[in-house]
Amino acid sequence: MEKLKIIHYINQFYAGIGGEEKADEPPQLIKGPVGPGIALQAALGESGDIVATVVCGDSTYTEKMDETRERIKELVKPFNFDMIIAGPAFNAGRYGVACGDVASFLQKELGVFALTGMYPENPGVDLYKKELYILETKNSAADMRKAIKKMATFALRMKQNDVIEGYKEEGYIKRGLRRNYFNDKRGSERAVDMLISKMNQRPYETEYSMPEFDRVKPGNSIKDLTKAKIAIVTSGGIVPKGNPDHIESSSASKYGKYSIKEFNNLSNMDHETAHGGYDPIFANEDADRVVPVDVLRDLEKEGKIGKLHPYFYSTTGNGTAVASAKKFATDIALDLKENKVDAVILTST
Amino acid sequence: MVKEIEKTGIPVVHMCTIVPISKTVGANRIVPTIAIPHPLGDPGLTREEEKKLRRQLVEKALKSLTTNISDQTVFE
Repeated sequence: MEKLKIIHYINQFYAGIGGEEKADEPPQLIKGPVGPGIALQAALGESGDIVATVVCGDSTYTEKMDETRERIKELVKPFNFDMIIAGPAFNAGRYGVACGDVASFLQKELGVFALTGMYPENPGVDLYKKELYILETKNSAADMRKAIKKMATFALRMKQNDVIEGYKEEGYIKRGLRRNYFNDKRGSERAVDMLISKMNQRPYETEYSMPEFDRVKPGNSIKDLTKAKIAIVTSGGIVPKGNPDHIESSSASKYGKYSIKEFNNLSNMDHETAHGGYDPIFANEDADRVVPVDVLRDLEKEGKIGKLHPYFYSTTGNGTAVASAKKFATDIALDLKENKVDAVILTST
Repeated sequence: MVKEIEKTGIPVVHMCTIVPISKTVGANRIVPTIAIPHPLGDPGLTREEEKKLRRQLVEKALKSLTTNISDQTVFE
């Protein structure tokens, strides 16, 4: 078999260029493997070659997706490669979106194989799981060694045109695709078996799961803004200076409710961000950039809105479990209801 | 978070930079913002210009809250 020619995509952090302060690095090409690519190359052995690595800042990719993916296509096209492997991104949100996007885009545009790895709650999963194989990883880079091995093995199998089994057997994230296969038992028999299991409260598994539509009906519009009470909620981690509730910089276990009664705007004297995972300089300099108290206070004074709710609610959205975010928001919603808030501005970083 | 709040019937506008994420988490009213580390600001501008920009974005968000929608809508 010919050696598999691979392009590997990683972010600025894994390339060793820098952390958040370098998240706006433009896409660039480096010959051969870099960072986690070195372990990936070792796992591929003689069967594959990482011919080049594309490195791009997470903010650059996610803020300018259209032009960045086109630029990357131009960079890699001359390599005449077989496969794009991106990440793994674990639970890093922007990185996950970039990995999913670059892999599915090159797969579609250049007809190459594509593969990435993420934690199931990464927002990149729901966006791209239908389009490509996303191998399931744990939520942090502590899982790197295992994740790389899994990706290398899967990559070689894709190239060899091995039959890719269902998501459970293979360890990729469910794509929602159905494939025909032969079963020893005919359908009616399997259905009766399932029914008997169900009646006896034994575990059984449907062969045709319904798609989940996790959507909420839009709230009714506000009739009269000049009478409306508006509240601010943020996942950007803005807190009073010193972070009195010790909200975690990532994987938050709580949210805070903070009074803005005394404030006409937020400044670096009184507020900052607790959020990790994005460059905090700008939010620390002026928290109105995330929680726009100044502007809403003006609008309140001018009578354009009825009232600004005297509290804002804040948590950090960085790697925070969906279940936690859900719980915070349920509590917040209850409080908003009790305080007769009419509408919410929710800001994210 | 958007969904849990909106479930109670209170309309929510999500102001964020990565619109595809907002769509996939199920926000209904979406206003795209400037950049991830400073969604409602631009450190490249003077303070006055920056506040003007923030006001425009917030006014757009408020307008979305007065607009009837039946489906996910991005207010550009």
